[in-house]
Amino acid sequence: MKRFLGFVKKEFLHIFRDFRTLIILFGIPTAQILIFGFVVSTDIKDAKVAFLDLSKDEVTQKISDKICSSGFFRRAGDLENYDEIDLVMKKGKAKAVVVFGANFGVDLISQNKATMSIIADGSEPNTATLITNYLTAIVTDFNREFAGSSLSDNLLVQPEVRMFYNPEMKGHFMFVPGVITLILTLICALMTSITITKEKEFGTMEVLLVSPLKPLQIILGKVTPYFLLSFINVIFILLLSFFVFDLPVKGSLVLLLAESMLYILMSLSFGILISAISKTIQQAIFISFLGLMLPTILLSGFIFPLENMPEAYDWVSAFLPPRYFIVIIKNIMIKGTGFLYVWKETLILMIMTTLFIGLSVRNFKLRLQ
Amino acid sequence: MQKIIEASDISKRFGETQALKDISFSVNESEIFGFIGPDGAGKTTLFRIITTLLLPDDGEMKVLGMDSKTEFKELRKNIGYMPGRFSLYQDLSVEENLNFYATVFGTTVKENYDLISDIYSHIEPFKKRLAGNLSGGMKQKLALSCALIHKPKLLVLDEPTTGVDAVSRSEFWEMLKKLKQYKITIIVSTPYMDEAMRCDRVALIQNGKILSIDNPEKIKQGYSRKLFSAKAPEKYKLIDALRKYPETITAYPFGDSVHVTFTGDKYDSSIYTYLGKLGINDAVISVTEAGIEDRFLELMNKAE
Amino acid sequence: MMKNRVIIVRNLVKRFGKFIANDNLSFEVYEGEIFGFLGANGAGKTTALRILSGLSEPTSGEVIVAGFDAKKQPEQIKKNIGYMCQKFSLYEDLTAKENIMLYGGIYGMSKTLIKERTDELLDKLNFREYGDRLISDLPLGLKQKLALSVAVLHEPKIVFLDEPTGGVDPITRRQFWEMIYETAYRGITVFVTTHYMDEAEYCDRISIMSDGKIVALDTPAELKRQYNAKSVEEVFIKIARPKP
Repeated sequence: MKRFLGFVKKEFLHIFRDFRTLIILFGIPTAQILIFGFVVSTDIKDAKVAFLDLSKDEVTQKISDKICSSGFFRRAGDLENYDEIDLVMKKGKAKAVVVFGANFGVDLISQNKATMSIIADGSEPNTATLITNYLTAIVTDFNREFAGSSLSDNLLVQPEVRMFYNPEMKGHFMFVPGVITLILTLICALMTSITITKEKEFGTMEVLLVSPLKPLQIILGKVTPYFLLSFINVIFILLLSFFVFDLPVKGSLVLLLAESMLYILMSLSFGILISAISKTIQQAIFISFLGLMLPTILLSGFIFPLENMPEAYDWVSAFLPPRYFIVIIKNIMIKGTGFLYVWKETLILMIMTTLFIGLSVRNFKLRLQ
Repeated sequence: MQKIIEASDISKRFGETQALKDISFSVNESEIFGFIGPDGAGKTTLFRIITTLLLPDDGEMKVLGMDSKTEFKELRKNIGYMPGRFSLYQDLSVEENLNFYATVFGTTVKENYDLISDIYSHIEPFKKRLAGNLSGGMKQKLALSCALIHKPKLLVLDEPTTGVDAVSRSEFWEMLKKLKQYKITIIVSTPYMDEAMRCDRVALIQNGKILSIDNPEKIKQGYSRKLFSAKAPEKYKLIDALRKYPETITAYPFGDSVHVTFTGDKYDSSIYTYLGKLGINDAVISVTEAGIEDRFLELMNKAE
Repeated sequence: MMKNRVIIVRNLVKRFGKFIANDNLSFEVYEGEIFGFLGANGAGKTTALRILSGLSEPTSGEVIVAGFDAKKQPEQIKKNIGYMCQKFSLYEDLTAKENIMLYGGIYGMSKTLIKERTDELLDKLNFREYGDRLISDLPLGLKQKLALSVAVLHEPKIVFLDEPTGGVDPITRRQFWEMIYETAYRGITVFVTTHYMDEAEYCDRISIMSDGKIVALDTPAELKRQYNAKSVEEVFIKIARPKP
């Protein structure tokens, strides 16, 4: 045990002594969250909204005035029928269209309930998300006023959000789950594979092998610091997205962290596997990037929606662990679903983890080739 | 006397390359045993087999009475190994490196300090310095301290003096000599012929084969001819002329002179006339003693 | 007879910040000479070599190589020198012939001249059968010989050899030194840096550097006599004690 702890201590020294490692560990996650959060989603101001008011009553008038006087939106015109919606959007005259159904005001007063639709231009997912969020917020505000000071649970006016061109809004805050996945993959797989191959390249592995350290101790000693650091990183990213972007974890935090641990374990074992096959640091980096980072970014639904992919890519992506992990955290974090909704993905990740651990332990040589 | 290493008919092949061919030798207790040979002769492969890092294709390797194939776990605890490129963590300090290796081998620096104190005292003033910032000689001493920290019975040093300055090299050999009193057996490899003289016994190794094993003095004496040294300011012309001289067997540049052998192990004054005709008037030829390098050359030529 | 001086160094100083890598060096190297530039790692050899080959500018002092000022005409110097170090001189993934062509091209030699020299060179080295082989497949000794031949392909005035013969077998090493002798005999000055003291014995004159200064400069025989030593190595140990 003392040997093992000595080994772990040494690994921490390596990590904290190398400026670059620290940057990768903490700088990149921060930068990515902030870049995706601030740069990609621009602030909205005077966004053009058109109205299709089929009711034309006092209530609809009030709501549309409230929207246009909020400072976020500008009235882009009034439409006469549904066909015009597509037209104004294609021409870029409006980013969103608010539709009030016929008898809106009557329904609201008689049934205490009315439906309106918000149709947004989904070709710019981030802007569309923001616009619909703002619009929804304004409508909620209206509800509150309408019902007096008492807060009612059931919305009186229920905005129904629809997206044009990108109906399911795949960009919707996907970046946080995506960044978590990317960071975990990067730290665990890439960094572990680098640190082990580094020992090979510098010849220190020869002495470690000759020493009484068991291979499992060497592997665990290498992996433990990264396990802890990745875990801290997950918490760090969650805090960052909560405090900077008001993005809470809707589902169970414990479940989310447990799933993260599983994924960390998977990436670590993958990293060890990479280091078992590569002889130099360059090779390790190359394999990690080609085999893991690029697919994570391109094929796992992080940037490009899986649904839009040709079937062949979909098949490839079925073998990529990040794909499942993104689904898991998306479900827990954003949709707030429980374990029942992610058990399949979890099982797949577990099987993959076992496989990688098995392979990497088998491939970790007691001797040199 | 106990045999620390007994190797019989060790062969190892990497794909097309035959790295070692039927190598047999034995090393006695407390001996400094040197493997002398150029890069690619097979020294590192052999050392990796001794340290159980590689398995031979053929043959048997017994180290400290244990089989390197089956009893490698026990064996590894008793070996101190210093690989070709000093096995140090460049980003850790001198002290941290030493402590790390001590912990890994289940001991403490304190426990075996007397063993390394002689060596470590040279670098102790710089113990906070990162290993990567040390000079070659200092790295070498640190690596040796690390390899010794668990008081191994056998010390395996793969080219410990390569890339190290002459002063440090000579200090290093002094240190090895002192380790004998602790009954530590040392095997060491080097491409420098002159270091052979510092060993108790040496094996000359070339192309995966051992050319000769003996104590260095005897190896030198094994030189089969009388050796002459020829000097002249224009060395290139001198070598060329000597090579063309009918009585010459071999002629090789050797430092500031040319080492020559003649048929019948003698020369007469006619050689000066010969050289004079070629414009070399100030040549001096004298008898000289063959060095280990001369013997190596002779053995290499024979092997070809 | 006044010998031609191909390298003249006077009061050369090179500083990196506070660190003085070359501390007031002065020496001369003559035409056709084999000049050994010795010192431990970190003694300042590489820095001096870079300045002499026009890669780096001296902080102060005068450096004239092949008749050109290292400060003002580094490009002229580069055209008139050859350079070889054991590891990086040849492209491992090109064949011997391709390497020769490449270097000939770099030094602006005409196609016919390159072809002529290539044939000449391959014949001289008994290299015919290896001409179309990749460098990575050649034994170390052959690589070295080829590297030296390539370095002097354009008939430079001076060739710099950086630690050229580490780790080779005694026969190859002697063959290599014979090539160096021949190069010098042809009038090309050979400037060898090394920390292998036994290589120094082969040089006409040697200088020993320690802590950025030249601490000794003479023929090996004279230095050995002065310091009452059997070998240059002993001389070195007596005068150059490196810092940690």
